[in-house]
Amino acid sequence: MFLIIAVAVYWLVLNLFKDPVQFASVTVNGLTNGMLYALIALGYTLVYGIIELINFAHGDLFMLGSVFSFAILTQALGATEPSAKNFVLLLLVLLLTMLFCAILNVTIERLAYRRLRNAPRLAPLITAVGMSFVLQWIGLKWVGSVPVNVPTVLPTTSFGIGGVELSFKAVAIFTVTVPLLIVLTFIVNKTRRGRAMRATAQDKDASRLMGIDVNKTISFTFAIAGAAAGAAGIMYAQTIGTVAYNLGFQLGLIAFTSAVLGGVGNLYGAVIGGIIIGLIQSYNDGLPIGPGQRWSQTMVFAILILLMVYRPGGLLGETAQEKV
Amino acid sequence: MSNTSAAAHHAASNNRKWAIGFTSIVLVIFVLNKFILPTAPRQVVEFFNAWFSLTSLAEIMVWILMALGLNVIVGYAGLLDLGYVAFWALGGYVAGWLMSPFLSNFQISFFGNPRPGLEQGIHLNFFMVLIFGGVFTALWGIIIGGPTLRLKSDYLALVTLGFGEIIPQFMVNGGDIAGLNLTNGSQGIGGLDDIKFAGYTIGTFSLPEKFLMISMLAGAMIFFSIRLRDGRLGRAWLAIREDELAASMMGVPLWRTKFASYAIGAVGGGIGGVAFATLVGGVYADRFNFVISIIILSMVVLGGMGNVWGVVVGATVLAWVNSVGLVQFGVVVNNALGTNINFPSYQFLLFGLLLVLMMLFRREGFIPEARIRMVMNEEKLEDEEKVSDETKIAGH
Repeated sequence: MFLIIAVAVYWLVLNLFKDPVQFASVTVNGLTNGMLYALIALGYTLVYGIIELINFAHGDLFMLGSVFSFAILTQALGATEPSAKNFVLLLLVLLLTMLFCAILNVTIERLAYRRLRNAPRLAPLITAVGMSFVLQWIGLKWVGSVPVNVPTVLPTTSFGIGGVELSFKAVAIFTVTVPLLIVLTFIVNKTRRGRAMRATAQDKDASRLMGIDVNKTISFTFAIAGAAAGAAGIMYAQTIGTVAYNLGFQLGLIAFTSAVLGGVGNLYGAVIGGIIIGLIQSYNDGLPIGPGQRWSQTMVFAILILLMVYRPGGLLGETAQEKV
Repeated sequence: MSNTSAAAHHAASNNRKWAIGFTSIVLVIFVLNKFILPTAPRQVVEFFNAWFSLTSLAEIMVWILMALGLNVIVGYAGLLDLGYVAFWALGGYVAGWLMSPFLSNFQISFFGNPRPGLEQGIHLNFFMVLIFGGVFTALWGIIIGGPTLRLKSDYLALVTLGFGEIIPQFMVNGGDIAGLNLTNGSQGIGGLDDIKFAGYTIGTFSLPEKFLMISMLAGAMIFFSIRLRDGRLGRAWLAIREDELAASMMGVPLWRTKFASYAIGAVGGGIGGVAFATLVGGVYADRFNFVISIIILSMVVLGGMGNVWGVVVGATVLAWVNSVGLVQFGVVVNNALGTNINFPSYQFLLFGLLLVLMMLFRREGFIPEARIRMVMNEEKLEDEEKVSDETKIAGH
């Protein structure tokens, strides 16, 4: 384990000295990606925390969010180039997309997962996989089988700080995701609803006895998770610039790895995990000495598998060992 | 005592009925395609080629092999594997390495059957490659299963999912690993040897014989599946599937037993992979994707997790629907109604909805065993729906 970390550190230092400017810009890139991963990872972690279900459909929910924002903002409202008016529209559609994904996620929970809450573990897992396929099919019918380019309404200009190009898109991602993450953690940690969520996660029966409406609380959790995925979806469409029906599968897996890395069920863990995975991926893809983009997925999954072996509880989580 | 032996007798005679059915269907298809169809009228031949082409039937047999392999993991031991396609890919590449001109640094032929002019590379006998394929995938099952089987079962689902993604990506990228060409990248490995069996060569165009060969493999897999299930190991698997805690209290070693199911289940994928590679005469990396894993899972779920014959039927139906059924139904419906619906594009919806609806309404599958029906519909003691109903009534 220490050997792996040592090799990774050596590799990073080597790259840092070879080309410091590129290293810095790659880092910024990784951080922005990591923020998006964190938003999606939050959804996994919230849902897993409360009903112990790996929601395989969550990545596809994110995909539908990006597709929805594309359909509304670009196609229906015709916002294709940067302007003040379009920027206001972007914020409006951001809220709409979050609402759309929240409602969709709550509907899925109501229709499929709720009935299976007491069923053997295999049943809800398989249902989630099936749901993921249904959502992918909706995306496929909506945008077609090839990736579609999304004209962005964000300014494409960038400004340099000490030779490092900092694009406006990166700034936009930070201005959207950071407040969202703060609001979400505030909701979970400080509000009455949040307290009900944490109580339900710990013990459903006891919470019910304390007068908490468990079903409503779980629906609320799914709504929050969906809203986060929706926000990630529109930001992805606007900054990366493509939407595709199979986007959710890949990003969902990456986001889940982030959640596991941070410790499933732990909010801060999801954020930290997302950022770390974003950085690792970006270093892997962009650094002068490195495996390169075609090994990107392999790297992420290798991390996932290594984590399972050495630290299944994640960085901030408790141990997930099966009681034997 | 007499009760259990009667039940065992019933199960045995039931198995015999199914086995006779399976064998006779395979023989009928073989005789039909080998002797009758070549001399049949044109319309009849066209009908069979459209609806039941021999290639699709042989593919169904490969799917049966796959589904039975996954059934050992999901159906018997109750572990969710979402990356089964990795074993298919690994098995396929074993065939690609060991019976083709690809690894041209070697020139080995061991009871092999290289095509004329393609003598370079490794050429082993088909049956040896089957064994190697099985062992190789079992080894990978051990590598993946070893660390993860101690974790909660949902983690296993994820790691297998990741594994199912890495392996095909490795095969695509493997055309150039620091200059070493291991997998020939996305072009894949072609020109696989023909099967040589008892002095008789099954060439590219002798499809009926290939079909018969793969059916025999599927038959063997069915046999081993049934025998395994009734044996000591199989009973341990079922015990774990139903209640891990109780099983370990009864002295079933949890980790070792799960481990065995994962390794043995992987063998089905490996053998199926070798069989499929020889069927199409090559192995191509872009074929192996997540959809395949889900289709195999759907087969196991549809037929009834754990029930061998149910899984065989599930695999047959879904593989047929997937390869020719959707297309042909599309043609029929579009001709009849004058519409232009693209039926194969509904594949995702079909398999997704199938999984969801089966889990919601018929968890035990369409041909369930009595035992799994009981388990799958048994709600936990602290039944939340009931409790909330009671509190509602009390509130009134």
